[in-house]
Parts: sequence; C-alpha cells; structure tokens
Amino acid sequence: MKRVIMGTETAALAAVLARVQVVAAYPITPQTVTVEELSDYIGKGELDAAYITVESEHSAMAACVGASATGSRTFTATSSQGLALMHEMLHHAAGGRLPIVMLNANRALSPPWNLYCDHTDSLSQRDTGWIQYYCCDVQDVMDSTFIAYRVAEKVMLPVMINLDGFYLTHTSEVIDVPDQEEVDRYLPPYDPADKVDVDNPSTYGCVCGADLFSSLKYRRQMETLAVEQAWQEASDEFAAQFGRSHAPVQGHNLDDAEVVIVTIGTAGGAAQLAADALREEGVAAGSLNLAMVRPFPYESFRRAVSGAKHLVVLDRDVSFGAEGIVAQEVKSCLYGKSSAQVHCYIAGVGGMDITEEILADMARESLGGQKQGLELGDSIWIKVLP
Amino acid sequence: MLGIRMHGRGGQGAVVASKILAKAYFKEGLFVQAFPAFGMERRGAAVAAYVRVDSSPALARGEIVNPDVCVVLDPKLLEMVDVTAGLASGVPIVLNYADGQVPQDLAGRFTLALIDANQIAINHRLGSRLAPIINTVVLGAYLKVVQDPPLKPETLFQAIEEGVPAKKQENAAAAREAYERVRVLEKS
Repeated sequence: MKRVIMGTETAALAAVLARVQVVAAYPITPQTVTVEELSDYIGKGELDAAYITVESEHSAMAACVGASATGSRTFTATSSQGLALMHEMLHHAAGGRLPIVMLNANRALSPPWNLYCDHTDSLSQRDTGWIQYYCCDVQDVMDSTFIAYRVAEKVMLPVMINLDGFYLTHTSEVIDVPDQEEVDRYLPPYDPADKVDVDNPSTYGCVCGADLFSSLKYRRQMETLAVEQAWQEASDEFAAQFGRSHAPVQGHNLDDAEVVIVTIGTAGGAAQLAADALREEGVAAGSLNLAMVRPFPYESFRRAVSGAKHLVVLDRDVSFGAEGIVAQEVKSCLYGKSSAQVHCYIAGVGGMDITEEILADMARESLGGQKQGLELGDSIWIKVLP
Repeated sequence: MLGIRMHGRGGQGAVVASKILAKAYFKEGLFVQAFPAFGMERRGAAVAAYVRVDSSPALARGEIVNPDVCVVLDPKLLEMVDVTAGLASGVPIVLNYADGQVPQDLAGRFTLALIDANQIAINHRLGSRLAPIINTVVLGAYLKVVQDPPLKPETLFQAIEEGVPAKKQENAAAAREAYERVRVLEKS
C-alpha cells in the first residue's frame, strides 16, 4: 500500500514487518523516532518482541549480542556518538557471527556539536566486520531492512543500514509498504542451528590460540568477501517479488560514461541530476551510488566504471591526515585495475546540502573547468573558509 | 515541480503542517517530499520546512532555494528571518497577520495571502488565547493562492483531520474559515 511516511518511522515499521523478536536501544537524535515507535508497537501488542531498555549504546549492543546469540531476530538503532560508544561491541557482534541488523542515522561527531548529516560516524566503523549499506531514499530504508536480515541470517554477519541524518530520517516520502504476507514470504523465520540454549549447553567466544585464530579470521574474510554476491542475489530475489532492486552498486547512465560521479547515501539523487545536466552539455557523464561499502563490492564497482576516465568521488567525511574515506576505498579498489583518475571532493559534512550544481561543478573542474574549492592534500574541500 | 517553504517557530507546527500539505497532494495522486530544517531543536526558535510536489519522485533534497510559495506562521518572524530570500517577484506569501493590517514592505512586491490565524484558532478553541495553534488554519489560506497543481479544498481538510493529533474537526473547520476569509493582495 502506498503511503507518505518519514524515514525513521519507516525503519520502525520495517522492523515490525521483519518480525524482529528483540529490540535493545538507546535514543539519540536523529534516530529517536525509530526506537520510540518500536516501543509503541511493542507496548500496544502490535509487535511480539522484547524491548530491553539500557543505560547506554554500549549496553544496547551488548544486549543485542546476547539476544542474537540465543537465536532471536534482533534490531537496534543508533547514531553518531552512540555508534562510537558501541565500537567494542560492534567487533564482538561481527566476530561472534551474529546477524543483528542496526539502523545508523548518519550524523556528525562532536566537537563542535552538530546534529546533521555526515558519514564519518559509520565509515570510521568500517573495520569492525559489519556489512554496511547506505540508503538512497525512504523506500530503500524499508526494502533494505528485509534484504539485510535475509543476507545477515544466511552469511551470519551483522548489517548496519545507514540513513543520512535528516535527509532521510526526517524526510517524508511516498513509499510502497508491502503486506505482512509478502514480507513473510521473502523473509522466513530465523532458526539457526547453533544458539545459546540452557537445555543444550555449549560455549561460544572462548579462548583461541594462534594455531586456530588466523584460520578463523581467514575463514571470516572469505565469507565476508562473498557477501557482495549474496546481497546481489537477495536483491535480485527481492526484485523478482517486489519489482524494486537494491544492489550493492547502483548505476545511472554508466554504459558509455567517461565521467562518473560516485556518492553514498542520498546524494545519489543529486548525482543523477548532475550527470543528466552534464549530458546536455555534451559530456558523457553518469553516476554511481555505492550502496554497499563493506564488504567493498569490488567486482560490481570495477565492472560499472570500466570505461570511465574520471571518477568524481563525494566524501561527506574525512580521515584526518589522509583524505576522504570513500575516495580511499575507490582508489584501493581500482589500483592496478584501471587508469581512471580519482578526484576526491569533501563536501556536505555537518549538514551542508549537496546539490546538483555542486556535483556538476566538481565534474566540470575534474575535466579542466573552473576551480571549485580549496585543495588540501589529495582532496578538494568545497565551500570552506581558507 | 511545486516547491513550498514554510517558516515557523519550534513548537508552532510548521513541520506538522508541511506533512499535512504533503499528504494532501499525495491524495491527489502526486509524489511528495516533506523535509524540516531545524536549527537547534528548541521551542520558539525559527524553523523552516520544505515540501516538494511533482509528478515523479524528487531526486533533489534539502533546502528549496527558490520556492514557488512561502508560508509564514508567525508575523514576528518577519523581523528575524528574511522570508523573501530566493522568492521571485510576485510569488505568493501566505502570512498569519492581524486583521485590517498590511505588511507594507512586502505589499506590492509579492502576492500576499493574509489571514488572522490567531483569532480564528482562538475562535475554534485551538490552543490557548496566549498560544493559539495556527498551523492548520494557515493551510486554509494557502489553498486560495496556490492552484497548480490542483488541490481540492476537501482533500486538504481531510488531510488535516487525519494529520492532527487532536480536535480534528475543529482544525478542519478553522482551515475552512481561513479559506473563506483570507485577504489576497495581488502584486502591484
């Protein structure tokens, strides 16, 4: 059924339709509406789940780890400082092979205090072993939650669904909300073979010496790299049932593109508009929405940009002392495989709007046009004071 | 695309009004995107909310720099915020303003839809005399000056009833009264 709904409300409704069994969460702007709504759904008996109130995000993730280990479908939501506080437990969730799904509302890290969109929070957790997916619109929030559980419970790894703070969390859009029966058909109940069970005691996460430790890490890396394919298949199956796909790499006019604007999150819309505007100027431009950042979708990404000469990468983040994190990822993916030039632009941090004009100007500059921002190291910063 | 910008104060209901308007256009079969721009989230602080209405989903996000219509919930905001920023000459400004008075610096440059929303809200017992709830009242005045794409009055009134947490009929009746009583001053 079509309806107008806000991003945070959508995330809560998606968790209800996914029939999550345990929610442990701590409120933080801009995700608060999600956990408030889930608390309401559970309180009214519309979702048969346990809601565990906790005193911090570290405890929220610890509770999720315990709940998931018992074989329950587990959900949480956080943002920014809260995600940072979970850091230790994020490693535990992934290393414990627990298929938790978490919404992260992308928000700047303080100081200075700022509530608005910025990707440094989630990208700085990219080495924790979580699958990371970035939504481009509110429909994506709904659909990717189902795909996330399906993939997570197949590969036994947790998934972080990222929503741009305010641009998605507080934006109301028209989306198609699937019926419960349709979701049930796509997402069967979670019933793992191995779980913590008092009637059948066993030990998880015990001490492991060097003899097996590296082998376990190797095995986990192998299975994490396979997630690109697993997500693609889950997206294809979702598309077959619902008519919408949510692949790791989503391209727009890439077939003959020489210039490709690469974005994560909601800037993908403006990137499409910018690419279309450049086409009207006679530039063979396209855009690429990098929906999955971990595991990095090496195969799909290389294939998508195989003909490109310039990649214009937007980073709403920075790794201090290096450059934009997405640009680093893209360079690493293409090293030795492509001669395309990668142009790193840092813009849209702390809530600055990313518009079609900003992205088109970046692409024009990459092709030798007018200088747009301030060059610093390997990146160009847009709209900053010198 | 129809781009709407609403100005209000935190707690005044600009964000709720933007969602009601979005849902009304959705009922007319259009794609909508409603988006608030908070400063820091505080009661009384100036806030803005935006609505995009189109025949296809909006790809652009964030501030609408050149809106096609501007809605101002509180006349005092005129002293704090440049509500005319980015407005082309003649664009409609829907303004909550005391009966019989005219904002001289806006008159003639824009199409003004003036409505004493405070008085109407008080008459319909929306909020209190000191803090009337005027967000849905102002939407009634909006209806009079924005025709494209079409929005049927009954559709808006229904969206208001569905979109407010309490006093559904009073809110719709107050919007209806505003629709009938709004003073429209065309650009000279």
